[in-house]
Amino acid sequence: MKILVPTKRVPDPDQPIHLNADKTATDLDGIPCIINPFDAIALEEALRIREEERSPAGSDIEIVAVSIGPQACEKEIRIALAMGADRAVHVITDAYIDSWVASNLLKAVADQEQPGLILMGKQAIDADNNQAGQFLANHLNWPQATFASEISFEGDRVKVARETDAGIENVSMALPAVITTDLRLNEPRYASLPAIMKAKRRPVDTHTPADLGVDIEPKVEIISMETLSAKRNCVRVSNVDELIVKLKEAGAL
Amino acid sequence: MKILVIAEAQGKEIRHASRSAITLAKNAAAAANGEIEIAIIGDDIEAAATAASAYAPTFTLSDASLANATADRYGAAIAKIVEQRGASLVIAASTSQGKDCVARAAASLGGTMVTDAIACENRDGKLVWQRTMHAGGVAAWVVAHGSPVVVTALQSAYEPAEPTGETSVTALEIDVASLPSAIQFESVSTKQSDRPDVTEAAVVISGGRAFKTAEDYEQLIGGLADKVGGGTGSSRAAVDAGIAPNENQVGQTGKIIAPDLYLGIGISGAVQHLAGMKNSKIIAAINTDDEAPLLDYADFALIADAYDAIPELIDKL
Ligand SMILES: Cc1cc2nc3c(=O)[nH]c(=O)nc-3n(C[C@H](O)[C@H](O)[C@H](O)COP(=O)(O)OP(=O)(O)OC[C@H]3O[C@@H](n4cnc5c(N)ncnc54)[C@H](O)[C@@H]3O)c2cc1C
Repeated sequence: MKILVPTKRVPDPDQPIHLNADKTATDLDGIPCIINPFDAIALEEALRIREEERSPAGSDIEIVAVSIGPQACEKEIRIALAMGADRAVHVITDAYIDSWVASNLLKAVADQEQPGLILMGKQAIDADNNQAGQFLANHLNWPQATFASEISFEGDRVKVARETDAGIENVSMALPAVITTDLRLNEPRYASLPAIMKAKRRPVDTHTPADLGVDIEPKVEIISMETLSAKRNCVRVSNVDELIVKLKEAGAL
Repeated sequence: MKILVIAEAQGKEIRHASRSAITLAKNAAAAANGEIEIAIIGDDIEAAATAASAYAPTFTLSDASLANATADRYGAAIAKIVEQRGASLVIAASTSQGKDCVARAAASLGGTMVTDAIACENRDGKLVWQRTMHAGGVAAWVVAHGSPVVVTALQSAYEPAEPTGETSVTALEIDVASLPSAIQFESVSTKQSDRPDVTEAAVVISGGRAFKTAEDYEQLIGGLADKVGGGTGSSRAAVDAGIAPNENQVGQTGKIIAPDLYLGIGISGAVQHLAGMKNSKIIAAINTDDEAPLLDYADFALIADAYDAIPELIDKL
């Protein structure tokens, strides 16, 4: 079985956010980037499914990472390979990519690769859209299980525990399918330096949106952005009694 | 312009989050001369539909096979309803169901979707939307091309709508048998709690990694919440450690809330956590660390050990 794992390059969330001059995009110049944490969880899960021989395919699983974005994504692609992906596909583009376009590009890659399972993050921590996995599943006409916190296999079906507002929901579906990951699924491994060096030799197929035949006109365009600061003037109270008084004065209790 | 709100039933009512979505629909209707309808999908939803019709004319798709919201089935049903009603704007709540099923429907409706809207405006005859990105560190105005436009409303940005009077309930004619059903619902472990949901509570008592066990969390955070009739929240670290239930998680990737009072106890205030609560009306923190980042975002802070301060609070309130 082949598992396709889309891995998006995102700015490190611990770094301050800078906007470009006309305030229509974030300026990533000099900002360290990482694999979207939810995608790293997806990749980790693919690796564990193989290592634990959890699916009927046992250890006979090929893991292919897919990244969409500029040449600079190469660095995060190498990290995905160093974590254990067998090979990678890089769709090279400098264009602004919304969830719609991303899902169409991923559909084109999936049509070529014919995976049995697509495992990806439930959202990218930069755009926070939570759309691409659902769009992709719909394009492929495959079942989907979003917000996965546990994945197991039973015959030719995959069982997923989902984190929903109501609690944990269990669903099952036949493969091929799309699963999007939540935080609790696992804690991704680090790529060691030797593994990163070795990953330099792993194959990366490159594509452009044009050679995949995908229109990159976005459906949702950003007009303007502003950074928000929500800092307040914090009053330190000296004991519980004072806290109660302050909260009552503020009408909060 | 016809606006269709996809509402979620909750017993005999519609969900609080769906009432917030109706408020966004009303704002959009006022900005762009729209007319609102509501659709409800499910099984045994007659009472909820009657409740919904107090906000706008309501259309139902009711069938035993729709008892659980599986995304392929609900997604296809939503897309059919939108086409049948001729809506050009579709609004749903930014709940787990909204993200799962409505996003899937949006893909078959042309892929124009705005997640977590916090405002809308009419600019030169076109509606534009404001949404947050980067864990709430950025607010962006976006324009959505194509029709219909599908929008989910961030619950914390909108007061729940108030009912305006009786309208009609109409059953939709859609061939339910033709809807896909590749996703099999098996079970759900719903929480057994009498406390208000963290997204609906006026007061949220929220606990983090400071608590050593689930029992401590329940006794202290839960006990204080019960004392003030509030809900319980938590950081992700507390969920990961098995101290707090997952559905309590507040943050970028959990619930985004804005209660009248948010009391964060033993929570450091990581950006991902702040994203979920920084718009609360009053924020207070209890922490042993005077340098905890949450304090920069709080109105009041008490530097104290949670294990001492909470029993005293429960006692004195
Ligand atoms: C992709 C991604 C998404 C994430 N999404 C979320 C999210 O949605 N929500 C979320 O919350 N986190 C999220 N996180 C995790 C987040 O980064 C932090 O790790 C988490 O919020 C920390 O939780 P905490 O404050 O409880 O724990 P810690 O950071 O460990 O803080 C514990 C705090 O308790 C204080 N303390 C310790 N003992 C006591 C005591 N006895 N009395 C009083 N105070 C005490 C300490 O001083 C400290 O400030 C996410 C992380 C990633 C990578």
